[in-house]
Amino acid sequence: MRQLFVFLLKYYFFFLFLLLEIIAFILIANNFNYQGARVLNTANELTGKTYQTYNNIFDYFNLKENNKILAEENARLHAMIEQSYVKFSNNEIFVNDTTYKLQYKYIDAKIISNSTGKRNNYMMLNKGFNQGIRNNMAVVSPNGIVGIVSGVSANFSSVMSLLHSEIKISAKLKKNNASGTIAWEGGDYKRGALIDIPSHIKIRTGDTVITSGFSLDFPEGIMIGTIANYKLNPGDNFFKIKINYSTDFNKLDYVYVIKNLFKDEQLKLKESQHE
Amino acid sequence: MNNIYIKNILRFVVLVLLQVLVFNNIHFRGYINPYVYVMFILLLPFETPPWLLLISSFSIGFFVDLYTDTMGMHAAASVFMAFFRPSVLRMISSTRDYELGLSPGIKDLGFNWFFNYSLILVLIHHTVYFYLEVFTFHEFFYTFWRVIFSSIFTLLFIIIGQYIFYKKK
Repeated sequence: MRQLFVFLLKYYFFFLFLLLEIIAFILIANNFNYQGARVLNTANELTGKTYQTYNNIFDYFNLKENNKILAEENARLHAMIEQSYVKFSNNEIFVNDTTYKLQYKYIDAKIISNSTGKRNNYMMLNKGFNQGIRNNMAVVSPNGIVGIVSGVSANFSSVMSLLHSEIKISAKLKKNNASGTIAWEGGDYKRGALIDIPSHIKIRTGDTVITSGFSLDFPEGIMIGTIANYKLNPGDNFFKIKINYSTDFNKLDYVYVIKNLFKDEQLKLKESQHE
Repeated sequence: MNNIYIKNILRFVVLVLLQVLVFNNIHFRGYINPYVYVMFILLLPFETPPWLLLISSFSIGFFVDLYTDTMGMHAAASVFMAFFRPSVLRMISSTRDYELGLSPGIKDLGFNWFFNYSLILVLIHHTVYFYLEVFTFHEFFYTFWRVIFSSIFTLLFIIIGQYIFYKKK
């Protein structure tokens, strides 16, 4: 026993090093749970507060840019409302109140920390459970899609950005509805990959890619980006397509979190099919 | 003696804040991110007891982890780097002995010595960190270039920091 003690004392530097590394790896392992979803804890409330304070100071510097983005979005929305359309036909359709039902609710939030430089990027929002945000909700910016909520604490939430190795988002080409999947292969934060588009589909650079609406979280038709380049290796059944994201992940500030009001119902139906 | 403790604690706090609020917002070409907080480990005095060296390295990594949502990764890399610090110090010879009261910096031991010393340790730290972050050897060379380029920028900032704060008198 004494000898063991002497031995440990002699090489304590090495054993302490080992102990600390083990602690660090336990921390890492705890954080790598299923689907990369993380549970925010009290410590995240603390760091959230620090980022919030920092943001309160630096918010003013981006006001001009944010105003511009909001004005552009307003213009786009104005163009979509009824008054902007001219009626060419008199065959009016009777619209029953119950025909349309609100399916998606938008919650606005501000990004208080963000990264684009890692292989797996996350951001933090200044709203959480108390403000109605739940796991797996879709996050979009005025310019396009941003990511998926991956962790929620009382007042903050963390978002798995589109710049993440595990993100897969169902997408389609706007012009012919051919559907594929969006993924990120690392590197440039402005570029993503569109996979699973079969080789018989006709595509061109500049084609618009939007969300397909097949997932339970994203509404149909949200802008993702445009095709930057594509190639078809001989013998392959699918294109290799690179897209330019319409969202500039480095300049994100304000985003919307989308709540699907029918999600529970859709989920139940889906589960009953699997049984 | 107290003076040294206060100085290092202050450096600890300032570097964590600088790292999470300033340097984490720097992304050259989108994926090069300098981790300047390792300067704390580089600049700890020579007479720091080994256990304190490891514990304080772990804590600075841990605090950076808290803010960057990378639980444990910076801590692991920092402890790894701190573990190699004594061996690197023995390996690199200096024209002057490591006397009591000298601190590892350009001012006391010259540019060449400091450059070699930081280069080796920063490379160790960044290699461990970036491979832990992706947690795969799948994209080995992509991660490798991130290690190299990020190390260059980290070194650049550390050396600029040396010239700003520890001018030769």
